[in-house]
Amino acid sequence: MTESTTEYAQANRSKFKKIDMSKLSSHEQTPSAEDLPSCLRVTDLNLYYGQARALTDINLSIPSQRVTAFIGPSGCGKSSLLRCFNRMNDLVDGCVIKGSITLDGADIYHRSIDVADLRRRVGMVFQKPNPFPKSIYENVAYGLRIQGINKKRILDESVEKSLHAAALWDEVKDRLHDSALGLSGGQQQRLVIARTVAVEPEVLLLDEPASALDPISTLKIEELINELKERYTIIIVTHNMQQAARVSDFTAFMYMGKMIEFDTADNIFTNPAEKQTEDYITGRYG
Amino acid sequence: MTTIKKFFASGTPWIWANAGAVAISIIMTVGLLLLLAVNGLGHFWPKDLMLANYLQPTSDGQSLQREIIGERIDREEVSAERIISSGIPVDAAQLMYERELVKIGNRDLNGSDFTWLLSDFLSDIRFPENLTAFERREWGNFYGYVREVKEAGNSVVVSDPASPADSAAWNELNVRIERALAIHEEIVALERVEIGEVNHALERLRLEQRGLELRDAATAESLEAIAAERAEWDSRYEVLQTRLNELYAEIERDTVVMLAMNGEETEINVSEIVRAYQPNGLHIGSKLVIYAQKLWEFLSDEPREANTEGGIFPAIFGTVTMVLLMSVFVSPFGVIAAVYLREYAKQGFVTRTIRIAVNNLAGVPSIVYGVFGLGFFIYFLGAEVDQAFYPEALPAPTFGTPGLLWASLTLALLTVPVVIVSTEEGLARIPRSLREGSLALGATKFETLWRVVLPMASPAMMTGLILAVARAAGEVAPLMLVGVVKLAPALPVDGNYPYFHLDQKFMHLGFHIYDVGFQSPNVEAARPLVFATALLLVIVIAALNQLAVSIRNRLREKFKALDM
Repeated sequence: MTESTTEYAQANRSKFKKIDMSKLSSHEQTPSAEDLPSCLRVTDLNLYYGQARALTDINLSIPSQRVTAFIGPSGCGKSSLLRCFNRMNDLVDGCVIKGSITLDGADIYHRSIDVADLRRRVGMVFQKPNPFPKSIYENVAYGLRIQGINKKRILDESVEKSLHAAALWDEVKDRLHDSALGLSGGQQQRLVIARTVAVEPEVLLLDEPASALDPISTLKIEELINELKERYTIIIVTHNMQQAARVSDFTAFMYMGKMIEFDTADNIFTNPAEKQTEDYITGRYG
Repeated sequence: MTTIKKFFASGTPWIWANAGAVAISIIMTVGLLLLLAVNGLGHFWPKDLMLANYLQPTSDGQSLQREIIGERIDREEVSAERIISSGIPVDAAQLMYERELVKIGNRDLNGSDFTWLLSDFLSDIRFPENLTAFERREWGNFYGYVREVKEAGNSVVVSDPASPADSAAWNELNVRIERALAIHEEIVALERVEIGEVNHALERLRLEQRGLELRDAATAESLEAIAAERAEWDSRYEVLQTRLNELYAEIERDTVVMLAMNGEETEINVSEIVRAYQPNGLHIGSKLVIYAQKLWEFLSDEPREANTEGGIFPAIFGTVTMVLLMSVFVSPFGVIAAVYLREYAKQGFVTRTIRIAVNNLAGVPSIVYGVFGLGFFIYFLGAEVDQAFYPEALPAPTFGTPGLLWASLTLALLTVPVVIVSTEEGLARIPRSLREGSLALGATKFETLWRVVLPMASPAMMTGLILAVARAAGEVAPLMLVGVVKLAPALPVDGNYPYFHLDQKFMHLGFHIYDVGFQSPNVEAARPLVFATALLLVIVIAALNQLAVSIRNRLREKFKALDM
């Protein structure tokens, strides 16, 4: 990939909200996922909950420093797939995973991998805001304290930086030591993002981060995703197709545990290759 | 028909039934407390002293006349038949007679403090203002007139008991009682603290020497050092003993000559008197002061006279200390067990069996735990501890005998199922999303437990502890086997190293009630104390619970994320 295409792609993404597809010639479009440096690579992934197979033969390459969205109807396995990336599925009894997932070339299911370290590198934000019943400050500092960082100066700096990154600093800077539970739902979700960003992960997994929020909070989260992708590889699961279209560079459509189609968001939403994708996007089922 | 159906369908009858049940519970609780309070707290009121003439017919047709001085305690109706069968010939035509219980005190003269009198034969009831009541260190109360105050056998003041206005002897007596009380206080301090310290040091030296001999490490030098130190303590003891003898001589100086009922005269040592008052002349304010003094004495003093007089402070202290110590043992143990069962153990047949076993342990009769505590903690563990750490004190056991530590441990064992069960419930209630949130930040399972889950489950742990305290504080049966005794005025905490004596026996409010109620030689005197002690036990348990509840509420406030 040449320097110029990357620059072009970034310029393109920065105005992604209003892409007039008709004016783009094919060669100006976002380069395909295979051409970009990949961060996570999924190979022949099968996932079983006991006897039931939840994911079937998933092959996927998640590009670095882009937003990838998983869409699909409820129960299609998109959350299950997302939770494979930080091994959250390990907590589920009877969950068996076959195939491989590599992060920067290393198999994350290998015996030598420290799961806690993996989870630090692959951060996750959940559907419902889940701040700890501690102060705002302690919530953000939590991940650092886990790593044994207790120097006040470092913590102060990191808390401020992370809250800035999550666009929450101005709203909470005067009440850092109040309980995080006093924040609104949208603020709580941004706090959770700040908390995740504080440990400086490489990948951010967002599991329907805005589905429990009101429209204004949702908008803020989307703006935030747009800012964060400068620095992180972001994978977002969403029910909301408009949201996927608004925030993502690449989109994967999943159905019944299978990866039906994976392509640039532009292609998926304007020119899907598969009939099933088109049916879902146009609202014929799902 | 339909209206009745509607009435039932509306739910109104159930609301009434529920409200009724709550009302009955409240009434029962309040009634219980009132009963305890009325029966127990009246005991401390300085009642008026009655002077009366009692003319009672005897079986040989004569009648027996005597003078009565005493407090009217109680009255009841009895059938004539019963009175006749007890040897007093009354008129059988009158079916019921009223009789009253009078506390005549003066056990040294009368043999017993209480007597039943038939109201019909009482006459000429008066309340002379110069009738005096003494509370004494021995022989219970004394009622009579102050006739003469003596110093070292020589008369100081004489008063005429027949003239209430002549209060010269009474006034002089009060001054001398105050002096005697001050000396008494000094004696107690001397015996308890200073001589206690000397005894403690001498015992320590004896054990040190014995220890050296047992280890064959006794050199001439070390023995000499011990002997020198012992000589020093001995000389200190001599000084203290001399001072003590002086004080005893001082306190024995004054005596008072009293005129009791039926003209009996007796001489009482002023040092014997704890409190003196003339209730008939007192107005309500002064009586309240005496009441408060007696109540305070009950709360803050040691028991006297086989626990039927004085206070119960050692029992309060023992109960609270034991419960706190039990909490210290049971909380970490129960919490750790619950965390393992809920978080780490594989949820299978074995874990399920253990859980059932734990739940069943809560149902084992407490006396069984007492027997276990005696057999395991005292006879086995305590004996081993003595062998290993206190060989120089043997054959006198240090920990191989019932004591505070073993009682607390036994109760901790008794209550650990409660803590386990409620902690497990608390752990199960922590939302999964919070655990995942912590794990997703790179925390290990242990870090998640320690920093997020356990703090949030702490209110549930406190609930367990509250239930444990409620059960443990009221337990008596197992304690009788593992450490509680009838009388242990020395508190388990004092100024001598190691300050907190876990091996000591202690007193307990529950056992005190049992002891006073069943083992007391003086039933009538003990009865109000049973009620007062029971009331106090309820208050102590309520206070301990309230403490735990307020801690729990603060924790709940802090970690109120559970509704997410």
